[in-house]
Amino acid sequence: MLVFILKRLVNAIFVMLAVAFLAFAIFQVAGDPVEMLANEQMSQADRDALRDRMGLNDPMPVQFLRFVGNAAQGDFGMSYRNNQDVIGLIAERFPATMELVLVATLISLVVGIPLGILTAIGRGRWYAEGLQFLSIIGVSLPSFVVGIMLILVFSVILGWSPSFGRGEVIDFGWWSTGLLTPSGREALVLPAISLSLYQITLIMRLVRAEMLEVLRTDFIKFARARGIPRRRIWFRHALRNCLMPVVTMTAMNVGVLIAFALITETVFQWPGMGMLFIQAVTFLDFPVMAAYLVIISFIFVVLNTAVDISYAIIDPRLRSAR
Amino acid sequence: MSQQQNQLSSMTPVPSDEPTASPQDTGKRGKWRDGEIYQSFRRRPATIGAAILLLFLIATAFLSPLFVPQNPYDAAQLDLLNAEIPPIWQADGQWPFILGTDTQGRDVLSAILYGSRVSIVIGVAAVLLSLIVGITFGLLAGYYGGIIDTLLMRLGDVLLSIPTILVAILVSSLARQALPASLRDVGAAGVLVLAIVLSSWVQYARTVRAQASVEREKEYVLAARVLHVPNRRIMLGHILPNTLTPIFVAATLNFGMAILTEATLSFLGIGMPPGQPSLGTLIRLGNDYLFSGSWWIVVFPVMQLSFLVVTVNMIGDWLRDALNPKLR
Amino acid sequence: MKPIQAGLLATAAMMTAMSVQAETLRWGAARDIYSLDPYSYGDSYTIAFMNHVYEALVRYDENLEIEGALATEWETVSPSVWRFHLREGVTFQDGAEFTADDVIASLTRVSDPASPLKGNLPAYKSATKVDDHTVDIELTGPYPLLLNDLTNILIFDADWLKDNDAEKPSDAAAGVENYATNNANGTGPFIVESRTPDAKTVLVRNEDWWDEPQHNIDRIEFTPITSAPTRVAALLSGEINFTEEAPVQDLERLAAAPGVTLQETPSLRTIMFGFNRKPELEDGRENPFNDLHVRQAFDIAIDRDLLAKRVFRGKSRPSGSMVAPEIPGYAEALDAYPAADPEKARALLAEAGHEGLEFSLVCTNDAYVNDEELCRAVVSMLSRAGFKPTLDSAPQALQTPKRAGGKSDVYIIGWATLPMMDAYSVLQQIIHTKGEAWGVFNWGEWSYPEIDKLIEQASTEMDRDKRLAIETEALQMAKDELVMLPLYQQPMAWAMSEKVESVVQNPDNKARHWLTRLAE
Repeated sequence: MLVFILKRLVNAIFVMLAVAFLAFAIFQVAGDPVEMLANEQMSQADRDALRDRMGLNDPMPVQFLRFVGNAAQGDFGMSYRNNQDVIGLIAERFPATMELVLVATLISLVVGIPLGILTAIGRGRWYAEGLQFLSIIGVSLPSFVVGIMLILVFSVILGWSPSFGRGEVIDFGWWSTGLLTPSGREALVLPAISLSLYQITLIMRLVRAEMLEVLRTDFIKFARARGIPRRRIWFRHALRNCLMPVVTMTAMNVGVLIAFALITETVFQWPGMGMLFIQAVTFLDFPVMAAYLVIISFIFVVLNTAVDISYAIIDPRLRSAR
Repeated sequence: MSQQQNQLSSMTPVPSDEPTASPQDTGKRGKWRDGEIYQSFRRRPATIGAAILLLFLIATAFLSPLFVPQNPYDAAQLDLLNAEIPPIWQADGQWPFILGTDTQGRDVLSAILYGSRVSIVIGVAAVLLSLIVGITFGLLAGYYGGIIDTLLMRLGDVLLSIPTILVAILVSSLARQALPASLRDVGAAGVLVLAIVLSSWVQYARTVRAQASVEREKEYVLAARVLHVPNRRIMLGHILPNTLTPIFVAATLNFGMAILTEATLSFLGIGMPPGQPSLGTLIRLGNDYLFSGSWWIVVFPVMQLSFLVVTVNMIGDWLRDALNPKLR
Repeated sequence: MKPIQAGLLATAAMMTAMSVQAETLRWGAARDIYSLDPYSYGDSYTIAFMNHVYEALVRYDENLEIEGALATEWETVSPSVWRFHLREGVTFQDGAEFTADDVIASLTRVSDPASPLKGNLPAYKSATKVDDHTVDIELTGPYPLLLNDLTNILIFDADWLKDNDAEKPSDAAAGVENYATNNANGTGPFIVESRTPDAKTVLVRNEDWWDEPQHNIDRIEFTPITSAPTRVAALLSGEINFTEEAPVQDLERLAAAPGVTLQETPSLRTIMFGFNRKPELEDGRENPFNDLHVRQAFDIAIDRDLLAKRVFRGKSRPSGSMVAPEIPGYAEALDAYPAADPEKARALLAEAGHEGLEFSLVCTNDAYVNDEELCRAVVSMLSRAGFKPTLDSAPQALQTPKRAGGKSDVYIIGWATLPMMDAYSVLQQIIHTKGEAWGVFNWGEWSYPEIDKLIEQASTEMDRDKRLAIETEALQMAKDELVMLPLYQQPMAWAMSEKVESVVQNPDNKARHWLTRLAE
């Protein structure tokens, strides 16, 4: 057991180092940071001095180690665009993104699970097939199109929702929340729906597939033969069996949603990490790009490792699988 | 994002309706011949409709140079005098601009057909290239095992620990930056393909590897080895065919995915340039005119993109069910 | 699309009811300010915004006349030394008293070698303290436009800079955040309450402001909304009640919307193209743009009237002049431009031996009104006249390094002569040969010694009429040589909801909310 956990941890560290290397490589591809930073009037001597000060004359491995060391301490340097500490910029946006992602996840569970059950037990009926069809449209519509359409209908034509931003926020230390004010909650509705749409279809399909599988197993057939009511079979036995994968996928997809939120955030002007990242991409603000990459991957890897380890604890058979 | 789903199912023991390579798949190709697939196709009118629509979209996109009134990529053919003409059925509509024109006097119909062509070509190229890379790496890793296996699969782990969309955005923006300005427009499509391939080959590699490492231990492979059949022939002739079914399904779904990724990158402004717009670029450009009354500039590209991806995904979805023995 | 319905009004009413008693101006902008430090980027938008917090020695009033702000009187001690008498009893927002030391610290900071704003104070040499409320500013020579320049030099508190280690201007290369980037302490009508970059910057009324406030604003919430349609939607739904960037394409709809007022006036900003004029282009080819015929062909290939009609919906002012009519130094003769004639352009180009000339057009997509649309339209006009342009369109921050130093073939630039408001600005900063304080924006690196001579003459001519005559002559010479290719003065449109009773709008397109009245 311990060996398995250690192995997973070592693997996670290895992956993070590799991601850090990719982030570091961004600066190498990007060209000379001195050229990005220097203003026009700067003389060649000043440029050389700056290059030296930034440690750009050191051998590559030294520079990489320094990057990793700084990153581990949360130091990603300064944003080229607004001369601010990168980690501070990201920390400021983190709550906005997390709130959006968590609410979207909640919506996807609340809507996705019942729909999944419905399509499984009604397999072959018109409503189940109709929902299946809708779910294909759900995965096919680009997220930005959904966002634009929601704004058009609910903000512009109907005037029900704000079209941008987070509304009023309340600060708790470094965390800021929009959940406690009416305008904050109103502002959250459309982006959260837009972000959850894809996740809803995913959960719905997963629940459906799991339910169908469970319903086909012998133990359900046996239960049925014993005359246990169908309703009880569906909800007590079948559903319980498919909740584990749903929970797992939801947990792991939080990472995906955080990354994917960057599109929703761009469309709704939601002041989260994703919007910061997209701004950084258009302005080639490399320190912010590198930091975002490392942080997102870190969340991703932590979630995956945690899920793997908890699985192994729950089901010892899986330990040997890897 | 469906790639993410695939990633998940391949990374952890989550059961899902995603096809995974299993020994039972062997010999499934026979089903094509005895018509089971065809029968399943015939039973689903929605799928038939989707297939017809998809064929129509592809055909019009590729034949468009023959009948559209304008080459939307040729700046010299655009005339500001023709800007913002509404579709033909509206009062101010003008022949030959059936779906109207955009703010530069570009014919919307021509632009979306050329745009679909770009989207489709990028999608196909991305899927083919990912297949080649993924299958090659997967076979090598699964057949030889050892250090090659470890290296390739660790590389895969790293790529999968970065969300697809992030990989695509980073690659696309950095590669554009690395290209000289004169090549930036010409190279844009290639950059997009590269960006998509980089994050999508892993899933094929994993599927193929899993199958290859199973087959490697089978007697016929051992026998072939004893008879000094070249490794390449064992891999391509015996192991590969057994992995084709799940790969085929994944490729179809990834085609839809690739088109979406391309559209998203272009929408974010790091994909195809305004001079050679893909559907995503057209939506980005049209979005500024959403409230100006010139709705046709953005609505038609949105519709075309949606139709394209929905039909591809419907067919992929059907294929997945039809080829998955567990669901029949 | 449906007309705006009653639902919108309901929301607007609800939003108003929700807001607290304080009078709040919700200001929706097209972009964020770069920093709270006005000296960080030399960006006029940032400076104009920060002018709500910091003040300069002198300022423009509602009629664009210069009046005293932190200085009450001034005189010239000698032709190159100006003496400023500072206002007494002014305090910074942290309570510190405003004195001569603050002026000197600020001037030192802004003229630092690393300061991007250096070029805005071209004639500055040094400053000395005479007493606590008197400062002498020494210039490199006689210079008529010092006051105009000083409107843009905002004054920091010397001790505040020192205590927070911010005496040097912001510099990303320094590796540490400059305190002034996220904090502000001025003497102005508003105090920064909070700032989240790209999301929201909140200003509140400065109760201790030295001036008699004409505004009745308690709070300003400044929100950048980059997407044009979202900004319009936000205004229609009452989420914002003022924007100085109403998209040209939505003006018709906004004008028809109930409760929305539009205020339009021609802007001072002239949009121009500049040519690379080094002997060789960046890719090593011999530079064809040094041939006047090629530049002329370029000129007549562009249909300014059509651009005005389609890209700007009749709201721009097609022009052949590098300065707007409001700017001293302008003359009607400068404004003439040739009728578009693609055939003639093609012939001219062929005659010069450059048919099918390939080049890149470096364009911004976030700096000027509809700049990307403009460039795309120009590319198709040029293509029809035998040129082969490729469009390189990206945010200003990326394009500026490419535009400078002859790295691009043809580039876009907008010039409003701000804050100087005099034709001298364009002559000194763009037309003059590059060197020291000259030609900072001479990105194509051309050199016309005869024009230079006139410009230098104007720079020391203290008689206004004579000076303007010289400037006009220099502009005419530059026009004849097609040094720059002016296209139009860009439109400007401010939109506001009923909440805003009055704003003062000047053609410099700067919001001055210390003059704004909200409906009670």
